[in-house]
Amino acid sequence: MQDAGRRAPADSGPGRIWVRYQSQYESAFLSKVSTVRPNSEFNDGVVRITPLLVAVIVYGLLFGTLAAQKGLSPLETALMSAMVFAGASQFVAVEIWTSPPAILLLGATALMVNLRHVLMGAAIAPFMKGWSRGQAYGGLFFMADENWAFALQRSATAPLTPGYYFGLCLPLYVGWIACTTLGAVFGGFLQDPARYGLDFAFTAVFLTLLTGLWKGKRSFLPWGAAALAAVAGHLLLPGVWYIALGGLAGAAVGALQPPPVAEGETDGA
Amino acid sequence: MGPDILQIDPLVFAAIAAMAAATYATRVFGYWLVRRTTVSGRLAGALEAVPGAVLTAIIAPMAFATGAAESGAALLTVLLAQRLPLLPTVAGGCLAAVGLRMLLG
Repeated sequence: MQDAGRRAPADSGPGRIWVRYQSQYESAFLSKVSTVRPNSEFNDGVVRITPLLVAVIVYGLLFGTLAAQKGLSPLETALMSAMVFAGASQFVAVEIWTSPPAILLLGATALMVNLRHVLMGAAIAPFMKGWSRGQAYGGLFFMADENWAFALQRSATAPLTPGYYFGLCLPLYVGWIACTTLGAVFGGFLQDPARYGLDFAFTAVFLTLLTGLWKGKRSFLPWGAAALAAVAGHLLLPGVWYIALGGLAGAAVGALQPPPVAEGETDGA
Repeated sequence: MGPDILQIDPLVFAAIAAMAAATYATRVFGYWLVRRTTVSGRLAGALEAVPGAVLTAIIAPMAFATGAAESGAALLTVLLAQRLPLLPTVAGGCLAAVGLRMLLG
């Protein structure tokens, strides 16, 4: 749920290798789907994701603390975690939080921060082929970096069943809500966050997320453009529109770069 | 500090709902799209750049345009992140911010 941290495969379009795997395993999937025991699949997913809960605890407590600093109640924090369930965008929302909240800006910012989900959804779509509509559109609600990566990894060696996928999702989802709420309950007691450098914590979290997203040359120009535009926007524009400006500048430069290589050539999840 | 545990403000709820709708849209859009077409070329390049660009934009004023202490702490955070897990990295960055602010006034 940490929503970036260390992401396994490149978050980009449906890789060729995955498509190949897909056709290779499609028939296996179709013949197996009725015989697979859902319970064991679900348990496999739960076991696979559980070690990652350490990261969820850390991010969750931190997020809850920061949300409390901005005046969000534990129930509001829990609701946000349950309804949005996307760490990076929640951190950003709390960072730009005002009272009363700027509803449109928060929605637009969440959209931009979570745009990588579009690519992740595109990559996982071929493996949800045998799923029902409800399973696919319900399952996608829970798609986060970690379970997405594990789901793709699974699909390379076995058909991706809804049971396995939801097994990956459940511990992440419950853990994220529990830990963020806990952080919000206790974070409200901290006074004067700047004394402990906590006003720098957002920046530190995002810098850590960024080092996990860094793709060398491909990242340099878009991120550089984003930084320049954001600093300029910060000086010239009101509020936090500098974030949208920086995001758009980065997207524009990204569009001008050579398109992403057909992944799968370089990594297969 | 610390509002009632069960407090819920209607405007806060509306903001959370807006975030939830936007986020769910990003989660289903790629799936929906791939069932119809393929994302490639400039659109793929733009989408690939967006998450990092947005995160960079968020931290840029603090990291580059606030003061030498903040810029130094940001640099140290990036260096720590190469070797350490999240929590020690963030703790180190915060401590560096406190220390450098004291040193540099």
